[in-house]
Amino acid sequence: MSVIFILVIIGVVVAGLFLVAFIWAVKTGQYEDSYSPSVRILFDDHKKSENSESESTEKKQNDKK
Amino acid sequence: MGLPCIHCGEDCGRNPVMWNDKPFCCHGCKTVYQILNQSEMKQYYEIEKMPGIRVETHDVGDKYAFLDLEEVKEKLLDFSDSGRGKVTFFVPGIHCASCIWLLENLNTLHPGIIHSSVNFPKKENYITFKEDEISLRQIAELLASIHYVPEITLDSLDKDKRGKSDKTLLLKIGITGFVLMNVMFYNIPEYLPGGEFLGEKFIGFFGWMSLIVSIPVVVYCSNDYFLSAIKSMKHKIISIDLPIALGITTLFLQSAYDVISGTGIGYLDSLAGLVFFLLIGKWYQGKTYQALSFERDYKSYFPIAVTKIENDKEKVILLEKLEAGDHILVRNMELIPADSVLIKGDGNIDYSFVTGESLPVLKHSGEPVFAGGRQVGSAIELEINKDIEQSYLTQLWNQDSTSDKSDSKLNDLVNNVSQYFTVIILSIAAAAGIFWLFNDPSVALFAFTSVLIVACPCALALTVPFSFGSTMRQFGRKGFYLKKAEVIEKLHQVTTIVFDKTGTITHSKAMKIEFIGDDLDEEMIIMIKSLVRHSTHPLSAALFQNLEGENYYEVENFIEIPAMGISGEINGVKINVGSRKFVTGKDDKNESLKTEVYVYYKDKILGLFQMENRYREGLPEVIKSLKSKNDLHLITGDNESEKANLEKLFGADTVLRFNQSPTDKLEYIQELRKQGKSVLMIGDGLNDAGALNESDVGITIADDIYHFSPACDAILESKRFKDLHKFMKFTNTSLNIVKVSFLISFLYNIFGIYFAVAGLLTPVFAAILMPISSISVVAFATFNVSFFSKRTFME
Repeated sequence: MSVIFILVIIGVVVAGLFLVAFIWAVKTGQYEDSYSPSVRILFDDHKKSENSESESTEKKQNDKK
Repeated sequence: MGLPCIHCGEDCGRNPVMWNDKPFCCHGCKTVYQILNQSEMKQYYEIEKMPGIRVETHDVGDKYAFLDLEEVKEKLLDFSDSGRGKVTFFVPGIHCASCIWLLENLNTLHPGIIHSSVNFPKKENYITFKEDEISLRQIAELLASIHYVPEITLDSLDKDKRGKSDKTLLLKIGITGFVLMNVMFYNIPEYLPGGEFLGEKFIGFFGWMSLIVSIPVVVYCSNDYFLSAIKSMKHKIISIDLPIALGITTLFLQSAYDVISGTGIGYLDSLAGLVFFLLIGKWYQGKTYQALSFERDYKSYFPIAVTKIENDKEKVILLEKLEAGDHILVRNMELIPADSVLIKGDGNIDYSFVTGESLPVLKHSGEPVFAGGRQVGSAIELEINKDIEQSYLTQLWNQDSTSDKSDSKLNDLVNNVSQYFTVIILSIAAAAGIFWLFNDPSVALFAFTSVLIVACPCALALTVPFSFGSTMRQFGRKGFYLKKAEVIEKLHQVTTIVFDKTGTITHSKAMKIEFIGDDLDEEMIIMIKSLVRHSTHPLSAALFQNLEGENYYEVENFIEIPAMGISGEINGVKINVGSRKFVTGKDDKNESLKTEVYVYYKDKILGLFQMENRYREGLPEVIKSLKSKNDLHLITGDNESEKANLEKLFGADTVLRFNQSPTDKLEYIQELRKQGKSVLMIGDGLNDAGALNESDVGITIADDIYHFSPACDAILESKRFKDLHKFMKFTNTSLNIVKVSFLISFLYNIFGIYFAVAGLLTPVFAAILMPISSISVVAFATFNVSFFSKRTFME
């Protein structure tokens, strides 16, 4: 039965990781606009390919501000 | 009806502008289509049908010249480093998926743009660009050229971004959710039968774990309730937050005692659940319309920069740098930023937004002109004689409203209830404690805390956020946008309704036009229409809109004399259209109070157009319905020409006031409030700003809700005006729902207190009762709001 101690600790750690992920998501502003990403994913990005890399870095800069 | 425009979907009329076999309503739309076509961006038209925006095409010219100023750049740029700039534009035109696509592919239109992204709910466009390849001004012009006109106002220069508290609230919800799940997990043995067989050390371990993870909930996530409870105690008010804070404290202390003394696992699951529900309620109620602004002042109406004339040279300067004594140039359709004197040119100034008077006023050089007016016609030169802050208009705006519009906590229904609630709960708790003290002292403290725990008004505190929050959402779906959910309660208390006339109960642009004189044949109508097409005067525009005919004739020798009229020749026939004096030559006083436009054709006076305001659809029903509960008043800046009609509409017992200046309006509201009335002001323009601010509730009627509207508590889409009485009626329903929900949560409380007083409150019992009461009350409130709103608005 003592294994429960270990399991509980693991449980908290795993849940804690998700909490950290959630905090990160909030802090980077992912909850600010829930509409545009849902549309954005449907666009054909034949023109955007060369920018896709800079995009993600841009976004971070944007959100840190 | 003609074909719909490929770009914006508007009716193209009988003669569409054709390009590539596709119809367009105007050259502006065609140009945008061409630009996009060239850059192979036709996907824009594939994502949504006819996604474009129609913009009155006029030359952008120097409109964005101020963006070249270093100071403006500095303020506007979010960030600028090693040749890369980043800017945020507010683009009210964003409305569909195609908009997002186009704006996010701006880099195809101009290689200088590195990246562009859109925040749809905020209607903001973030652009990263190479500063040496494209300037800020060019970006603005690029956006304007594809009809996504960015709105740049003085306000947007002051950057104090909101939305921060939103983030902390989300964080708190997340953390509390984490704690709730974990603590519930540790408490499972308590919930299930047979848990008591679990070893002693496990219970202790689970208890300690719960206690440790719960600390952030008490210390961080619920700190708002503690702060607010302390704050209201200082003001000697018992708010709903006091029993909540009390409940949280007792829950935590009792649980900590249980865990530390090893007697049990405590009520920490109830604690986390309580805070979690409360925060969810707060979040639900606090959802606001991000793209709408309810707190605009004159700054968002005024231009950022003006053209100053210095040593005969034009120079663009920031508005805030403008000083008394400066000379400035005001072009067609530009705004006069401060009270000044006309020194050169003929002023034809449209004060409609300031005074509500719909016709432009003629000014000669040497005459004073006031801030807020818009020059219509050729450019004029002005000498500023007052600083912007001291102009009549801005003073009116800055006037501190005597009414304290901040949430006067005592008026709140909830807090009224919670006053009694808290006192009763505390006495019951004390009574139970004292009772047990004499009978079984070991239970006394437990009974006392149990009452406080179980009576913690979670359901009560959730009632209002959810009832009002969903009412606000229902209203928003129907075109009535509230600043805060509290406005619902204030609307309910309204006893007196004051209307503005122009733009509020009448259409701001559409007019009813009647021709008096000889019959006009189709040919003549088209000729008149062709002539008025060349003038920007509002009456010409109104005539143009209302006259039928699609073909236009070439007009020769066109002359426009400000405040008089226009004249021109079509196929050799002379036509004059304008004032009585201009057309007939008679300078006698005109008895008619209606707006008249005379027409001279070939060699004689044909007759005159009489123009009247057109009232909004459904106005009689709105008035009739509102009248049964409130007394109505009408104050307007216009003359008495409509008096007879208005009396018919409103009935004899309504107070009608004409020729009222903005200050008169404000004072009138003040007076009504002094009589103890709760006043709702409904207006539309700057001229009502003072009155809107002074009233208990101010509603702005707007054709375009994202466009400028003065500070107010709510914005009503103009096409929804006909439902105004329904909205008012629904506030009543919504309040009734709140009251019934209160009753339900009281019943739960009585039930819970019965067990608590008896000293029988177990952790499981609390952990079940609290969520059930909260969820059932929340479900009851939201379901009823949407049910009744369907019924109210279906009728």
